This record gives sequence, C-alpha cells and structure tokens, in this order.
Amino acid sequence: MSKGRFGIHGGQFIPETLMNAVNELEEAYNKYKDDPEFIAEFEALLKNYAGRPSLLYYAEKMTKDLGGAKIYLKREDLNHTGSHKLNNVIGQILLAKRMGKTRVIAETGAGQHGVATATVAALMGMECEIYMGKEDTDRQALNVYRMELLGAKVHAVTSGTQTLKDAVNETLREWTRRVNDTHYVLGSVMGPHPFPTIVRDFQSVISKEIKAQIMEKEGRLPDAVLACVGGGSNAMGAFYEFIPDESVALIGCEAAGLGVDNPKNAATMANGTLGVFHGMKSYFCQDEYGQIAPVYSISAGLDYPGVGPEHANLKDIGRAQYVPITDDEAVDAFEYLSRTEGIIPAIESAHAVAYAIKLAPTMDKDKIIVVNLSGRGDKDVAAIARYRGVDIYE
Amino acid sequence: MSKTTQAFKNGKAFIPFVTAGDPDLDTTKKLIIGMAESGADLIEIGIPFSDPVAEGVVIQQADERALSAGATTDKIFDMVAEVRKAIPSFPLAFMTYINPIYVYGCEKFLSKCEELQIDALIVPDIPYEEKEELAPYCEKHGVDFISMIAPSSENRIKMIAKDAQGFLYCVSSMGVTGVRSEIKTDIGAMIDSVRQVSDVPTAIGFGISTPEQAKHMAQYADAVIVGSAIVKLCAKYGKDCIEPVKAYVKEMKDAIK
Repeated sequence: MSKGRFGIHGGQFIPETLMNAVNELEEAYNKYKDDPEFIAEFEALLKNYAGRPSLLYYAEKMTKDLGGAKIYLKREDLNHTGSHKLNNVIGQILLAKRMGKTRVIAETGAGQHGVATATVAALMGMECEIYMGKEDTDRQALNVYRMELLGAKVHAVTSGTQTLKDAVNETLREWTRRVNDTHYVLGSVMGPHPFPTIVRDFQSVISKEIKAQIMEKEGRLPDAVLACVGGGSNAMGAFYEFIPDESVALIGCEAAGLGVDNPKNAATMANGTLGVFHGMKSYFCQDEYGQIAPVYSISAGLDYPGVGPEHANLKDIGRAQYVPITDDEAVDAFEYLSRTEGIIPAIESAHAVAYAIKLAPTMDKDKIIVVNLSGRGDKDVAAIARYRGVDIYE
Repeated sequence: MSKTTQAFKNGKAFIPFVTAGDPDLDTTKKLIIGMAESGADLIEIGIPFSDPVAEGVVIQQADERALSAGATTDKIFDMVAEVRKAIPSFPLAFMTYINPIYVYGCEKFLSKCEELQIDALIVPDIPYEEKEELAPYCEKHGVDFISMIAPSSENRIKMIAKDAQGFLYCVSSMGVTGVRSEIKTDIGAMIDSVRQVSDVPTAIGFGISTPEQAKHMAQYADAVIVGSAIVKLCAKYGKDCIEPVKAYVKEMKDAIK
C-alpha cells in the first residue's frame, strides 16, 4: 500500500535499498512526535538555541509607502543561522540521535539548509557531509566556507545541471551507499514519505507563532499569508495552521527566472506537469518524455524543478495559489526592503516580498498581509552586486 | 505469458544491460543483436533518464550521452522494432525510471511494450509499496513487472519474493550501480530467504564485472546481470564497441554456464 499521499501526490518512489530506512524513520517519528521528552527537548532548543519565537514585525514604513494592506513580516531571518531551515534540522537531528545514527548527510541549494545541518551536527556531535551543486558552490562560496568552519565536509556535485536537483540525486545515492549509521536530513517538504510530513510538522512552528502573534497584535487572522516556494518548506510551515481558516489566502511565490515564458525559469506550478521524481508524485518542470528540465533562477534555493507534494495538492484543491516572480522583480524587492525597512532579505524570501509589493496596494487599508521572511540576505549581497554590475569580492 | 522464464532454461543465465542511444541508436541495435548471438539469455535495454538516482557514474554518463545524442522513448521503440526483425522471440526487458513511463503514459508505454514483445520491465524507483502504479498495466499487456530486493531488505524479502514474477532482481551491494572489486553481502542468505517462499528465478546485479565474480555469483543465483562493465566498453570504443562487447558477453556466459 502506498503511504504518505496528499490527494494523488506524494508516495515513496525510491529504490528498494532505502525502503527499510524510510520505514524506520516513519516508525521513529510516530514514536517520538508525541513523546513529552522529545517535544520538550525540541522546544527547548528552538527557544534557547534558535532564538524562537521569531518576531512578527509590523512593516509600517513599507505599509505606508505601498498605501494598502498592513504588512507584517515573520522574521525567520532572525533565527540562528539566518533562516527557517534550522527548525526542521533541529527536529530531524534529534530524531536521528534517538534512532542511533551517528552521521548526517544533506543536500543544499543556497547553502542555508547545509549551514543549518552543519550547525546542529556540530552541536550534537554528529559527523556531517553536505552535497551542493558545483554551480551553487561558486555562487554561494561563503556558505561553503561556513559549513567547513562548522566541521562539515562539502561535496561539490558535478553531475547534471550542477544545482539543487543534482545535489538531491547525489545525497540519495550516498544514502543508498551508507544507510545503517546515516540519516538523510532532507531540507524541504519533498522526497519520499515520511519526509514531506516530518519537515512540514517541524516547520509548522512558523504558522503556529504567526497565528498567536497576529491574534495578540490585531485580534484577528490575516487576510493573506505569502511565502516563497522552491521545494516549499518555509511556505508549508507558514501555511499549515491556516489551512482550515478559509478566510486566509495562502499564496506561494515561485521563481520565474527570466520569465515564465522564457526557458530560463523554475516556475513549477506555472509550467510543470504531473510526474514522479525524487521519491514523490508531484508537479515537475520536464519535457514530453519525462526528462527533468534544467531550471534556472537567480536564487539557488528556489532553483528546483519540482515542488513538495502537499503544495501540489493545495493547488489542485484550490486552497493555495501560486504566483511566478521574476529575477528582476525579486532583486527590486531585495533592494526595496533593504532601503525601506532596513532589512536585507534572502533573495529567496525577496520573491515573497515582491508579490507583497504588487498585492498590498490592491487591498484595503484594514486588510492584513503576513510575509514569511524565510531568511536573511547577507549571503546574497555579492551576487546581487554582480547582478547590478558591481564587481566585488566576497 | 511472457518469454522471461525461457531465459533461464539454458543453464545459468547471463543478462547484459545496455543504455539505448549510447553512442547512437544504430549502434545499440547492432549491440543487442550481437549480444543475443554471443550467449546472452535476456537483454536489458536501458531507456535513458536525466536523473538516474540508482546509477553510478558510468551509467549516469551513458544516459547523458544518449540523451544529448537525441535518444527519446519513441526513437528507442522504433529501434527495438528493427531489432525484433532480427531476433523475433529473444527475451528482452526495458529498464528505466518511473518518470519517463509515467509522463509517456503508463497505458501507452505498456501497450507499446506488448506490441514490441517486451517481456519484462525493471523500474528501480518503484518499490513493492508503489507497484500498483505500474503492475496493473504490465499485467494487462503481458509484461513481467520485475521486483527487486537489496542487502538492506531483510524482513521485506519474503513479502517481495512471494509476488515476484519473471525473475527476482537481487541487488548485490548497498549503493548504486557500478563495478566493484569486492562484493561482501551474504548473497546465499538472501537467496535462501527467497527460496522459502518462491521458486521464481533469481538474478544478481550491481557491481559484477569479471568472469570470476560472475562464476561465484552463479553458485547462488540463476542469473548474473552486468551493466556498467558493458557500458564502459561502449564509452571506450563508441561505435566500434560491438565486437569487444560480444567477446565480453561470450566470456561471461562461458564462465557461468
């Protein structure tokens, strides 16, 4: 029987070699997710190590400037290591320790998930190896050094398109080589069951906090929650608690690169078709023969040809909508938020900011938008400078 | 039903694998016919995929070469139709990933297999739990859906073996495909577990390249599968790979029969 379906999406499409590993993971997760001791340890680390709860900040200047809905920023960028990725990594590594694993491996795109994994591995005394596309190691060189500083070994992946998709391929291959002592800390709400569920649950702390914080500040739920979507972990975390609240619009912002009609994009929801890849049935950018397309985005973290299965289902049932944002729009938003609020967002998160800039002026002043600011932009400064033609060295 | 089981009636079977379209489809056609003449008992034809997660670097690169040379599923079907003119009843299997089949359309893909008299289908990213995606179409079109077991399968072996048809693909080692100097798995114990519940023929693959390894593996199983070692010859000799591959196939079959 197939497990882990969201509508028709999801499942466990992986080699037999890995089946016992995902089954053991599911068993361990079911055992510990309601275990008071596990929950207490997870929450203590979120509070004392990650620095949660993260702020829900009223972006007053941005709101006034755009002249429409009130804009709140969920400051996941203020998490330790600078992104939401840490939430899931803390949960998974606690789980891996309980499963007796001594080594963790992970894929990374922009490097945020790799940095988070290397960080918690250092804290918990686990061996750590990170797989990152060669192209991404070049555009995010600082994060490579950061991971090495934290004691991780970084492998530059030279197969295929040398980006996030290929990093996932290589991490899956490594996991089949060495599964007994190794846990694969998958970084997004994707891959075979139980990963989409586990990652969503560990990230759902974001929407739990947003709900409590907005009730305290405004006494009501927001009208829209915006988040960028690559695989979709920060978006799933920001959406999850609001799914039953039909009045809250859930909007995922995906990377359209040079434009949805240009071959150089990564807009899976706009251009993708149904397929089965990386362990899951979902939407993928691919050709008529099911060959996965080489995708492109300025953002290494959104440069992925698929999307998590729960997002695919939210789209199918009409509960969430997904909008494409181009490189140009994202870079403009990156600069806008920096100048307007003094907050430099990750180029990934800037995709959500870009849509807020379009959406807010179309809404009444008594409406409320929450933008999940999934990460901070320090890592992107050099790349944005190059995009603007400024030649600086990191 | 299929002719898969015929492949196991000529002593221990030798099952070579080739990536279709590497270096081009005309060479693949000659290679399949040549291997059939040189002692192969069943041939696995790989339909290349952009992201073959169960493959080591040798077959990954063959897939890349085949795709950039223009191989597509439809062109591969056309090539197999040509092959069928030369070897109309020789046992043939397709090996590919679920996405090329799913996107092509499972019904359309399997009905094409039936038309080409393809006997078996091997899909490494469809584990037991997900076989309903494909098995009903295989059944309808008389193609054996090949089940796989791995060294990490342990408690799953009996469940998988019970439902196996055609043959059971036994993965010799942890990890991906590719030549290995040493195979440490207790293959005998794996096969014993299978034998407790099924008399389906067993075939061992992953990592086997030398006649000595093949001979050793054939003590336990009914067949030996070799992929990367052959694909390496294709990479080395290009269009001139047919004679070297034929010689290799003959040497391997002689070692196990």
